[in-house]
Amino acid sequence: MKKREIIPIILAIVLLSACGGHQSAKKEVLTGKISIDGSSTVYPITEAVAEEFRVDFPEVDITIGISGTGGGFKKFGRGETDISDASRPIKQSEIDLCTENNIHYIDLTVAYDGLAVLINPKNDWVDHFKLEELKKLWEPDAQGKILKWSQIRPEWPDEEIHLYGPGVASGTYDYFTEAVVGEAGSSRGDFTASEDDNVLVQGIATDKYGLGFFGLAYYEENQDKLKLVAVDGGDGPVLPNLETVSNGTYQPLSRPLFIYLNSVAGKRKEVQEFIRFYLENAPQLSKEVGYVPLEDDKYQLEKDKLEKFIKGLE
Amino acid sequence: MKKKKSEHIIEFLLFLSAFVTILTTVGIILVLTVEAYKFFKEVSIFEFLTSTEWTPLFTKKNFGILPLLTGTLLTSFIAIAFALPLGLTIAIYLSEYTPKKFRDYIKPSLELLAAVPTVVYGFFALVVVTPFLQRLIPGMSGFNSLSAGIVMGIMIIPIISSLSEDALRAVPYSLREASYGMGSTRLQTAFRVTLPAASSGVVVSVILAISRAIGETMIVAIAAGQQPRFTFNPLVPIETLTAYIVQVSLGDVPRNSLEYRTIFAAGITLFVFTFILNNISHYIKTKYREKYE
Repeated sequence: MKKREIIPIILAIVLLSACGGHQSAKKEVLTGKISIDGSSTVYPITEAVAEEFRVDFPEVDITIGISGTGGGFKKFGRGETDISDASRPIKQSEIDLCTENNIHYIDLTVAYDGLAVLINPKNDWVDHFKLEELKKLWEPDAQGKILKWSQIRPEWPDEEIHLYGPGVASGTYDYFTEAVVGEAGSSRGDFTASEDDNVLVQGIATDKYGLGFFGLAYYEENQDKLKLVAVDGGDGPVLPNLETVSNGTYQPLSRPLFIYLNSVAGKRKEVQEFIRFYLENAPQLSKEVGYVPLEDDKYQLEKDKLEKFIKGLE
Repeated sequence: MKKKKSEHIIEFLLFLSAFVTILTTVGIILVLTVEAYKFFKEVSIFEFLTSTEWTPLFTKKNFGILPLLTGTLLTSFIAIAFALPLGLTIAIYLSEYTPKKFRDYIKPSLELLAAVPTVVYGFFALVVVTPFLQRLIPGMSGFNSLSAGIVMGIMIIPIISSLSEDALRAVPYSLREASYGMGSTRLQTAFRVTLPAASSGVVVSVILAISRAIGETMIVAIAAGQQPRFTFNPLVPIETLTAYIVQVSLGDVPRNSLEYRTIFAAGITLFVFTFILNNISHYIKTKYREKYE
C-alpha cells in the first residue's frame, strides 16, 4: 500500500517542479523603469506594445509621453529619455544636441503611416488627384468657394462636392494638412469632420459626390464600399498600397515611423527585452492601431540591426 | 400631533423634490447664460446672427449660427410636414371612426413609437430610409436632412396623434349631434365641426411636436451629417444645433477656450427656441381651454 501511494506523489513533485522550472526559465523577472517620449503619431503603437509587454513583465514601469517628435528629441538629446518616438528622421540640430551630450543611439523603423484619399465607387470621373488639386480643395481659402467638382477640373461634373475628413483633434488631420496644405492643422472648415472613422466611411460610401481621407489601414477593412484615389505628388499618379507606401513612392501621403534608442539605456536588460518585444509585435499591433506594417523581411533587417547594436554595446 | 409631525416631514420631502427640479433648471440657465455671455464678449452678436459660415474649430474662424439654425429648422420642418398630415388623420380616424374597443388597442401601440430609443431611429434612417430614398432620388448624399426629417416625423407622430385625439374627443358630443342633425356626413362633421372646435388642442400638440423635433439629437447626429451648411436643400449633409453640441463635446476641445464656449452659444440658441415654443403652447392651452364647457 505505502509504495503505491508514494509513486504518484513523487511523480507529482517531479511534474510540478518541472513546470516551475520551465516557467522561470522562460520568464525571468525584469524590473526597472523605461521612459519614452516623442511623437503622438507613434504613441498608439508604443502604447499598444507597452500594454502587451506589461502582461509578461508587470514589474517594468513604462511611461510614455507625447511631446511631439521635436519635443521628444529635445529630451532624448539631453539623455532624459531612453526611447524617443518619431514620425520623421532626426534633424541635424537634434543630432548635434546628442553629440554635445555624448549620446549615441540607433534608429529603428517600426511601421508606416499612410493616408488614403477616397471617393464613392460610383464616381467614374476621377482617375487621380494632383497634389495641387488636393491643396486647392482643402486649403483654408477654399472655404465657401471651392464647392463643385468642376472647379477642380472643368471636365468634372458641375455638381456639389461633399468633403469628409477626421476632426481637428486627430493626428491624421494634422498629417494630411501638413502634407497637402503645407501647414499642420490648417484647412477649410466646411466639411463633415468626425473623429469616428465609421462616419467617414459611411458618408463617402453613400455619397456619389463625396470625397474624404483617412488612415490607409482603415480602407483595407472597407475596400468593397470605397474607391481609392491615386495621388500625383509630382512623379505621376500612385495608388497607395503596401508596396508603394513601404518603398516611399506614395508621396507625400505616407511616411515611416521610427523609434530611437539611447545606447546607455540599450545596455539595460529590460530595455533590450522591450525593444525586441516591440519589433516582434509591431507587425500585428501597428495594423491594429491603424498603420501599415513593414514587410516581414524589413522587420528582420531591423531586428538584425538591433542585435548588432546591442552586441556592440558590450 | 404625532401625525402632524410626520405630515410635515412628508411635505418637506415633497417640497424638496420640487425644489431640486427648479434648482436644476435655474442652474442650467445660469451656466448657459454665463458661458454664452463670455462667448459674446469675444464674438459680436451681429456676426453670430448674420454670418452664413460656422467654422469655429478651423483656420478661418466664422461664428455664424445660421447654418446650424437652418439645419435644425430644415429637419424639423420636414418632420412636421411628414407627421402633421399623418398624425392628424390618425387622430381623426381614432376619435371619429373607430369603435372604442379597437381604439383601446390601436392607441397604445401607436404610442409605442415614442418608446423606441432615438439611437435606433437614427440607424433606421441611415441604413434603411436613406438607401431607399437614394433609389428614388439618385445623387442624394448618404447623410441628408430628408431622411433624418422623415424618421423624426415618424417619431413625433404619436405626440400629434395622441394629443390631438384627446382634444378631439373632448369636444362635447352635442356639437356632433347638432351637425348630424343638420344633415352632415361623418367626414363633414369631423373636418368642419369637431376639428375647428378642438383646434387649440391640436395646435398645442403640433407645437410640442415641433419642440421635440428641434431638440432631437441622436437621429440628426447619426443620419443628417456633421457639416454646418447654409442651405435648404434636403439632399445634402447638414448639421443641426444639437448635432454640433454632440460633435464638439465628444472631441477634445480645451475647456474655457472660445471653441468650448461655442457649445453654450449653440445651446442657448436652442434653449431660446424651445422656451418660446413651450410658452406659446402654454399660452394657447390656458387661453382657449374649456371653450365649449
